[in-house]
Amino acid sequence: MSVALERPAVQERTGRGIRWQRVGLHVFLAGAAILWLAPVLWTLYTSLRPFSDTAKNGYVSLPGALNFENYSQAWTQADLPHYFLNSLIITLPAVFLTLLFAAAVAFVVARLSFRFNVALLIVFMAANLLPQQVILTPLYRLYLRLPLPEFLSDSGLFYDSFIGLIAINVAFQTGFCTFVLSNYMKTIPASLGDAARVDGAGVLRQFFGIVLPLCRPALAALATLEFTWIYNDFLWAVVLVQSGDKRPITSALANLQGAYFTNFNLLAAGAMLAALPTLIVYALLQRHFISGLTLGASKG
Amino acid sequence: MATEIAAAGRVARAKQRATRLTARDRVAVGFMVGIPLVFVVGLVWLPTLASVYLSFTSWDGIGGLDTINWVGTTNYDQIFSIYPPFWPALRHNLIWLAFLAVLPTTFGLLLAYLLDKNIRGTRAYQSVFFLPVVLSLAVVGFIWQLVYAPEQGLINNLLGRTEQGEVINWLGNPDLNLWAVLIAAAWRHAGYIMILYLAGLKSVDPALREAAAIDGASEWYAFRTVVFPALRPINIVVLVVTVIEALRAFDIVFIVNKGRNGLELLSVLVYDNIVGEASRIGYGSALAVILLLISLIPIVTYVAHAFGRES
Amino acid sequence: MSEAERRRLQAAMGAGPRVTRRSLLATGAVGLAAVYGIGCGGDDDDGGGSSGSGGGGKPSGTVSFGSNYSDPVPKKAIHATLDAFTQQSGVKVAMNEVDHNTFQEQINNYLQGTPDDVFTWFAGNRMQFFAERGLVGDISDVWEEVGDQYSEAFKAASTGKDGKQYFMPLYNYAWAVWYRKSVFQQHGWKPAKTWDEFMALLKQIQSEGMTPLAFADKDGWPAMGTFDYVNMRTNGYDFHISLMNGEEAWDSPEVKETFKNYATLLPYSQEAALGRLWQDAAQSVADKKSAMMVIGSGQIGIQFTAGKTPTDDLAGMAFPEINPEHGQDAIEAPIDGHMMAKSPKNEEAAKALLKFLGSAAGQEAYLKTDPNDVATNETAATTKYNSLQKQSAEMISSAKQISQFMDRDTRPDFASTVMIPALQQFIKAPDDIDGLTKNIEQQKKSIFAS
Repeated sequence: MSVALERPAVQERTGRGIRWQRVGLHVFLAGAAILWLAPVLWTLYTSLRPFSDTAKNGYVSLPGALNFENYSQAWTQADLPHYFLNSLIITLPAVFLTLLFAAAVAFVVARLSFRFNVALLIVFMAANLLPQQVILTPLYRLYLRLPLPEFLSDSGLFYDSFIGLIAINVAFQTGFCTFVLSNYMKTIPASLGDAARVDGAGVLRQFFGIVLPLCRPALAALATLEFTWIYNDFLWAVVLVQSGDKRPITSALANLQGAYFTNFNLLAAGAMLAALPTLIVYALLQRHFISGLTLGASKG
Repeated sequence: MATEIAAAGRVARAKQRATRLTARDRVAVGFMVGIPLVFVVGLVWLPTLASVYLSFTSWDGIGGLDTINWVGTTNYDQIFSIYPPFWPALRHNLIWLAFLAVLPTTFGLLLAYLLDKNIRGTRAYQSVFFLPVVLSLAVVGFIWQLVYAPEQGLINNLLGRTEQGEVINWLGNPDLNLWAVLIAAAWRHAGYIMILYLAGLKSVDPALREAAAIDGASEWYAFRTVVFPALRPINIVVLVVTVIEALRAFDIVFIVNKGRNGLELLSVLVYDNIVGEASRIGYGSALAVILLLISLIPIVTYVAHAFGRES
Repeated sequence: MSEAERRRLQAAMGAGPRVTRRSLLATGAVGLAAVYGIGCGGDDDDGGGSSGSGGGGKPSGTVSFGSNYSDPVPKKAIHATLDAFTQQSGVKVAMNEVDHNTFQEQINNYLQGTPDDVFTWFAGNRMQFFAERGLVGDISDVWEEVGDQYSEAFKAASTGKDGKQYFMPLYNYAWAVWYRKSVFQQHGWKPAKTWDEFMALLKQIQSEGMTPLAFADKDGWPAMGTFDYVNMRTNGYDFHISLMNGEEAWDSPEVKETFKNYATLLPYSQEAALGRLWQDAAQSVADKKSAMMVIGSGQIGIQFTAGKTPTDDLAGMAFPEINPEHGQDAIEAPIDGHMMAKSPKNEEAAKALLKFLGSAAGQEAYLKTDPNDVATNETAATTKYNSLQKQSAEMISSAKQISQFMDRDTRPDFASTVMIPALQQFIKAPDDIDGLTKNIEQQKKSIFAS
């Protein structure tokens, strides 16, 4: 309280200096931002130009016409709707399960005292930090043996199935979320849990009824990050799925590149379309982003 | 003082009341931890152990487990002595790490610090810098190919060097392409680090900062002596994340040229030997184990630090 | 809530309920055992036999087809061919289309996973490698029906090491030195037959301001074609095949001679080849920026067609002779075709499809849409061949020996993990032939030994 009162005084004292500082700051940030956006803007520009235009004038030229031709072509030629659907089928359940599992483990670790807590956290977090290539072969072999009922996977196995992809993404990503959520849950006053327990609520009730709803900012932030990471995953899909039509959007782009490698305009449109879902998710959940990411700080 | 003693007494009694979990609760906890554990141990840790085992074998990946031959450390010997891409790949991974640690990480910190001040448009700026993180690496690779293409790319055209003989071969010249790709990687990494630091800065006690400001200290001094030390836990996270990203680097390089000719990386070598048509499972697993061992250094460091503090 | 109460509850939380270690371990162990127990108990074989393979009935139902025809022209062609099959037999075809390079890379996993009944592949060692390991189906009975329509060379290329046939050819195409007739006419250049003539031609073209040889090796395999030819011309077909089989030393004087000869071509080739795709190199020939290219008729034909340059303007010269003892006897003409999965779901239909693809009707259907390759079946009609096809067919039929291309003549693991980087290294530093060949030999020993 007393600190806040002194703030205006500080600003007054260096009024003129502050204004120049602010201007410089904005110039720097704006310049950096433009530099940062340049490659993406360039791709966007390329995607809006018809192929005939750039074939004639090259890519670095003023536009003849600008239209969405490439977008509609990419949409149909590359069968993008199908691959989008695949990506969603894989990503949404994976994000949901990852958050559920991570929250469950975080709850146990953060709010229930338990001799195993530290070891558990290590097991989960270290798994997240391994490079994917380290487990490729054994995982592939395992997937070829693990059966799934026919209605869940037409190959009858974890291999070449959506469930298989969902499972490995969940296993791989749970660690990071467990870490963030356990930190976040530690900041929730214990009194709430205690009051519930005194009222006779069991662990599940405390978890679902009290703690989880309070973790909304963290969950929102993690949902954004996880959606991005899982949606953008490339390696698991390439190795663990063999049917061309089950692969997610990242592979569709590779296919498009294979077939139309000289048509940069078409590829640019495809890339922009592929990036759209993650941009939308980020735009929607941005508000909670910073507040939700609790990484463990000096303050309790 | 008296109230505190009384409170302590109440605590003790409360402790006695809220001791055991009900049986139902124990089952619930078992599931809450058990199911995720099955996933992580079954799909990540056991395969990791299997990879370590396979690294001492020679196997072409075809046929049952009985076709696996134990060869001891032969794979490792060969990797270190006669496998041409190995040492370049290791070098490139280290260069990747050094580059990421020095440039985009500090830039990310700078951005975070500046954007933490709640100036106008801070959210817009955050979105711009975070945008590359949200894009898939395949898309990032493609975007930068548009920039670096020899005859049609943005840079060469802006520099006016598009004729045969004058073309700067950003992606094809083994002396240049690593740096070209690193710029693309840094473009992405900076935004990621920025977000991590923004998250960290919000939890630094503002009272500390204002106290330093009031004392008439310059901003740099306040940063150096107050803010940065308070960010220690985040610094560890950032360091670990940077190292892991450097070791994991795969997608961009793979999209550009399958990780050859100057863009060799350990992760790509593993992929080449295991996933490619050529199946040298033992060899590839040995490369994977080398990658794993190098990754364990930051992992163990972080775990020791984070949990050493807690216990 | 008062400060004291809060602290009390906090303390109570800290010393909270204990979950016994045993209950946790039990749950975890049960979970793990369940998962791994199901999986590891014995092999999940496809329970031998496939639906619909009983008796000698008419093929019916659906057959699955794994396709790597991802470039637009071949893709259309294979679709047309499969449609023709469906019309003729009534059997439907379920397509599984994968990007060309990805398909090859994944083949190992693909064959051991759940492969389609019929899938695209290549002849030669690359096929024998998988046949030897029991991953593909024996189609000798199909060969008994169409075998007389093929020359011995094709049959040999489709036979595994155990004498059974595993591969059904569709088309092949000739690798040669291709150039634009009109460009040569315009400059008064003449095709070369011997090495000295060729060198003179290269010098002449370069002095007149055009790049003599288009060259690209970003994908790693195009440079193999030139290597194969230089090797066969310098040391002969037999030596080349022995080398591919791992029976010769790579650091022998013969191979070093090959590399030396190859190196003399580099100053006349497009620079920065390692950053260029073969498609761009072929385009430079179409654009009259480069004069010639050592490439397959299939590839350059596709590129010309895609850029709407007439393939009739393409002329091919056989790779020049280096050692008169070997002349221009050997030709590199890779065969593309199909194989059957080890345990196909619909074996009858799969074999019927393979027979169709190996028959004149099937090949003619394919070549109608993709006129850049030539049929392998001797009875297929060649009257409608365009200029490119005629030249390709002529070169193949007049050759004494046919090789398949390095990445099909040798073990796939050797080709991709050793030779691709080695050739790229050679292109970067053509002076260190001794060091390069020594290293290739070391790696070759370790791979062929396993």
